Amino acid sequence: MSKPAIETGSTDNASTDTASADSTSTATRRARTAKDPKNPKAAKDRHPEEPAHTPEYVLEARDVSKHFTVRGALGRTTVVHAVEDATVRLKPGQILALVGESGSGKTTLARMLARFHEPTSGEIVLRGEAVSRSGRARRGYHSEVQLIFQDPFGSLNPMHRVRYNLDRALRLHHRHLTAAEREERTTQLLERVSLTPAAEFAAKFPHELSGGQRQRVVIARALAVEPKVLLGDEPISMLDVSIRLEMLNLLQRLRTEDGLALLYITHDIASARYLCDDIAVMYAGQMVESGPKEAVIASPQHPYTKLLIESSPDPERGVGDREAFFAGADELGEPPSLIDPPTGCRFHPRCPFAMKECGEQAPPRAELGDGHWAKCWLHARGRAGELADTTHAAATAARREALQGAS
Amino acid sequence: MRTVFLRSWKVRIGLAVLVFFLLLAVFGPWLTHSVFGLDPRANDTSAISQSPGDGHPLGTNQYGQDMLAQVVAGARGSMYVGVLGAVVGTAIAILVGVPAGFYGGKVDTALNFVTNLFLVMPTLPLVMIVAGYLQGTGLTTIALIIGFFGWSGGARTLRAQAMSIANRDFVRAMRMLGERGRRLVFAEVLPHLTGLIASMFLHAMIGAVMAEAGLAFLGISDSSSISWGTMIQGAQQQSAVLRGLWWWFVPPGLCIALIGTAAALVNFGIDELANPKLRAARPATVRRTKQLARTGGAA
Repeated sequence: MSKPAIETGSTDNASTDTASADSTSTATRRARTAKDPKNPKAAKDRHPEEPAHTPEYVLEARDVSKHFTVRGALGRTTVVHAVEDATVRLKPGQILALVGESGSGKTTLARMLARFHEPTSGEIVLRGEAVSRSGRARRGYHSEVQLIFQDPFGSLNPMHRVRYNLDRALRLHHRHLTAAEREERTTQLLERVSLTPAAEFAAKFPHELSGGQRQRVVIARALAVEPKVLLGDEPISMLDVSIRLEMLNLLQRLRTEDGLALLYITHDIASARYLCDDIAVMYAGQMVESGPKEAVIASPQHPYTKLLIESSPDPERGVGDREAFFAGADELGEPPSLIDPPTGCRFHPRCPFAMKECGEQAPPRAELGDGHWAKCWLHARGRAGELADTTHAAATAARREALQGAS
Repeated sequence: MRTVFLRSWKVRIGLAVLVFFLLLAVFGPWLTHSVFGLDPRANDTSAISQSPGDGHPLGTNQYGQDMLAQVVAGARGSMYVGVLGAVVGTAIAILVGVPAGFYGGKVDTALNFVTNLFLVMPTLPLVMIVAGYLQGTGLTTIALIIGFFGWSGGARTLRAQAMSIANRDFVRAMRMLGERGRRLVFAEVLPHLTGLIASMFLHAMIGAVMAEAGLAFLGISDSSSISWGTMIQGAQQQSAVLRGLWWWFVPPGLCIALIGTAAALVNFGIDELANPKLRAARPATVRRTKQLARTGGAA
């Protein structure tokens, strides 16, 4: 499955070809690479293997795991299982939201996709080709995949003007542009992210900009590369509430205008619902449920998704309801240790529906149609209907009473 | 930024003194020669160990050499050693410390090992051995030796700073953009260290001036060249203190102390610039705050 040599060939072409800006559809580029005489292997390998697969997904993480080894003060080493067998797939023009609580491995997954970390196992696949680890391939990879950092106050060098950031990106990825062309492109990019007058913003230092403006510069810098995939690592969480919607609309526009694929990482269900097409839910480093956003939000099929959705603020809930609703908040338990994760389903210590097998064996993946799936024993045991009938809080209360009755 | 830097009185005084000595080093010898007609090496046999006065504003030493001319010529020698030693030391510190902190891993292990080695080596005996080994040491050699043995502390500081900057998001972002190692170091990391490096440089300069004086005092220098160090050494050898010839050793000693103070004052300013928390409240701000407090109290 691994074809490391191919990557460099196709992306080098990509970075020189994107100059024509308008005509860089995936298909033409692939045709060109396939004909490339220096790369006969690419032409031979691609079509017989998974012919339908390549055009469909632009970026995939296949069963990737990341384990960090931590050395203690006394020389003891512990392994943190940050991400375990996660699979993410992005189609061109698709926005996938990755939700989960803090420490569930969302950011680690994004950083693996941005290639800051190498996966411990599994592979990152760009356009159907596993990416190699060489430095040259990395640059090619980053001309297609760019990450937007969470903190716009940290991701711009305070010593450089806005112009420098964009100019470097253009210079590195579009080598043949002249200085005047780069200047023009810089203006276009700034206008694209609504930083006008562009000339004025180009001359500013990051400290002269607000958080939202900085984040736009960061997005403009990523766009200067002309990537096919943007990875947003909680891109709006550090921003003022009043400008979040603007940023979401900007991302939405980039998707519709350029067909960018976007991985939107967040713990804000509301913004995920607003922006994305699909939702994937992570818990303790594992994917527990994924599917179209309406299906996942309206009828969550995993107890953790249910908890997550019910605990997001809902203005329609009355004050009295709210108190009743969160009465059991203390009993919700804590996120599990990733050094020594629970056996079986990782959610079972906190799950009000937990059965005997939940603690013993990892649940199988249940396909629920329309790309919606969940990993929960309830589906295998035919108890899935219980999820829809109750709320997480009510189920927790019921379980508590049952346990007290038994003892 | 520049004006903020110059607003502090410490910086202004320090810079003025430093500039004065630099000018003295550059133009002084020519000035004393053409204006006063004084030659630092000429022996005026009619005025041996003369106290400051007629014809010799700072007196003469036991060989009848004019002290003013010697102090001025010594400024050139000492400043030359100071600047060259500081340049060499700071350059090595940057070249070793910044890559060590930035790249980490094996590069860090290797470079840090060298740094630690130089840090724990007894510098003075080594300098003496090396200086003694290199027969006929001129001021340049002395400066190079001082620079070569005096960079390790600075390298450690720079390494620590570079390490913390290398892990900041903007470096990661630029790397993701495709920026290569050397450019990352020089365009992204190094600009954040300029304040530190500038203050390190001044510190190294005082260090080199003092080290030169110290080495000369111990007899490790070129006896034919004139620096403040060789002057003090001469005074010591001829028991100037016992004989009360204070004009022989006070002027060069005072000059060394003055340069040290001036460099320290400028350093304060650089520190304040690099670390705003150290910045003292400006008088205008203090006045306004007091006024506000007063009106607030009255109301």
